[in-house]
Amino acid sequence: MEKIKAAILGPGNIGSDLMYKIMRSRRMQVAMMAGIVDSPGIQRAKSIGIPTTTDGIGPILDHPEIRIVFDSTGARPHLVHAPLLKEAGKLAVDLTPAAIGPYVVPAVNLDKVSDASNFNMVTCGGQATVPIVHAINRVAGVVYAEIVAAISSKSAGPGTRQNIDEFTQTTARALCVVGGAKKGKAIIVLNPAEPPLMMTDTVYVEVEKPDEKAIRESVEEMVRTVQSYVPGYRLRMPPTLDDHRVVTIVEVEGAGDFLPKYSGNLDIMTSAAAAVGEALAERILAGSGR
Amino acid sequence: MMEMNRHIRVVDSTLRDGSHAVSHQFDADQIAAIAGGLDKAGVPFIEASHGDGLGGSSINYGRAKLTDEQILRAASSVIEKGALTVLLLPGIGTQEDLVMASDCGARAVRVATHVTEADIAEQHIGLGKKMGMTAFGFLMLAHMASPEVIVEQARLFESYGCDVVYIADSAGAMLPSDVKVRIEALVDAVSVPVGFHAHASLGLAIANTLAAVDAGAQYVDGTCRGLGGGAGNAQTEVAVAVLNKAGFETGIDLYTIMDVAEDIVEPVMQRPQVVRNASLIQGYAGVYSSFLLHTYRAAEKYRLNPRDILVELGRRKMVGGQEDMILDVAHEMAQTRR
Repeated sequence: MEKIKAAILGPGNIGSDLMYKIMRSRRMQVAMMAGIVDSPGIQRAKSIGIPTTTDGIGPILDHPEIRIVFDSTGARPHLVHAPLLKEAGKLAVDLTPAAIGPYVVPAVNLDKVSDASNFNMVTCGGQATVPIVHAINRVAGVVYAEIVAAISSKSAGPGTRQNIDEFTQTTARALCVVGGAKKGKAIIVLNPAEPPLMMTDTVYVEVEKPDEKAIRESVEEMVRTVQSYVPGYRLRMPPTLDDHRVVTIVEVEGAGDFLPKYSGNLDIMTSAAAAVGEALAERILAGSGR
Repeated sequence: MMEMNRHIRVVDSTLRDGSHAVSHQFDADQIAAIAGGLDKAGVPFIEASHGDGLGGSSINYGRAKLTDEQILRAASSVIEKGALTVLLLPGIGTQEDLVMASDCGARAVRVATHVTEADIAEQHIGLGKKMGMTAFGFLMLAHMASPEVIVEQARLFESYGCDVVYIADSAGAMLPSDVKVRIEALVDAVSVPVGFHAHASLGLAIANTLAAVDAGAQYVDGTCRGLGGGAGNAQTEVAVAVLNKAGFETGIDLYTIMDVAEDIVEPVMQRPQVVRNASLIQGYAGVYSSFLLHTYRAAEKYRLNPRDILVELGRRKMVGGQEDMILDVAHEMAQTRR
């Protein structure tokens, strides 16, 4: 079967984990790992036979067969990369907070944004909680959604730490824009316990129509959908009602591809990005892509 | 050797930590009366916020009766001498909230993180300084870290421009000897003043406060009548009396602060601020004080003993802000029982 060529920009932890996930894809192959220095990530890619470059985005732009580019560099570099990729006719899957393109949560809105050429992966907390908010909203009408994301200190990188407001603000927006809540709030807590805790996300919503059975069924169906691309996504506490308020707790165990299993927060980002890539590749192969 | 009459600055947190004890239901009149009284007594820093800081009003931490802005305006309208102070936990509150607080007249900010996570506070401290505020770096649940780790984290705060670094015994789990080693290590390691925030879970809030100043702390926290999360805090009025007796100078008039506690704060209290079994266990098991009332509610809903829930939260090493895990633990315990 023909495979669509994809590239990864940014050979850090996220880029490396993504590399292993795309190597398993039936529709994509990693045609290039691009960095700016000869880093351990570049070495790793090289050692398993992936073409690499330390010249940044240039060689990707010059490679006519690369159709999908995953950017796991940072918000600032992506602001530079995005217009270049667009001009070169390449689809961008943005794992940075730059958010130039629409937010994408594969289980929720992939089909609605398929015209875009740049897809933003929101935040790890958004990938974990927006599906739950959406699942409740479609049967009960969510007036307010609030999430608490707890991640192990070890899996919170410097980017998240230096700009933690970006996490809360972006996630809160996605609860509304993608999840359908009228109002959203997000909280993040870092916990240094050893051994590291699994990522846990609590979703509180206030609903118009508190039908417990409908809410439970909708959430359980949604959890299965997310599990199709994040196998370690689990319901820890099923939707539990208290008047018009519903509490649901999920946890995310990483696949352990490159990152440790407790880094569910990073795994759900790379898994969701790979799922977007998969859908884009399928569309290209079906001939409906550009 | 301590010099006599050393000046100790007291931060009164009745309108912030005390907010936990009234489930964040202070109204504007109560806030104005308390803030006005504290200011008259000469309290230099008057902290007012949701118990979990700016942006804390939520399902997870409890919705406040008033917005952050209403709380701050009610307090700032009556404060003439003291510095209106706000708490901000990065991950809950944002820089936007801090700008609002500054617009409402807040002149000091305490940026609080778990004791190992100071590096999430750099932006907020920087913004506070930029707006001309006094910035405190506040390390919570300090009993969970060694003096070495605390020093490393406090140095980060100092490098971000903090004017004061604090350690908070947020669970009330420390003994005076624990306070002493941590404060001494900090005083040696940083060039800014050091502060201490006590909780009363083990009945040691005042003893620990005294241990802190003896070890070189220049700032201490209190709340009138000890109003606060869990078993409550060091009682401001008692701390002032004890510090006076021990030869320290606070600049706070003892009779005035006693009257604020008895005439203004006591009437708004919803329950006696004493060490009940559940809050004793918070100190014993090292569990965040603010979890108490949420735990009582979960225990009632799932028909469990609050003590069992708290012990499990301690075993799991839950940190400040993880109130949602009270439900998780209670749910799991109820499932197991079936």
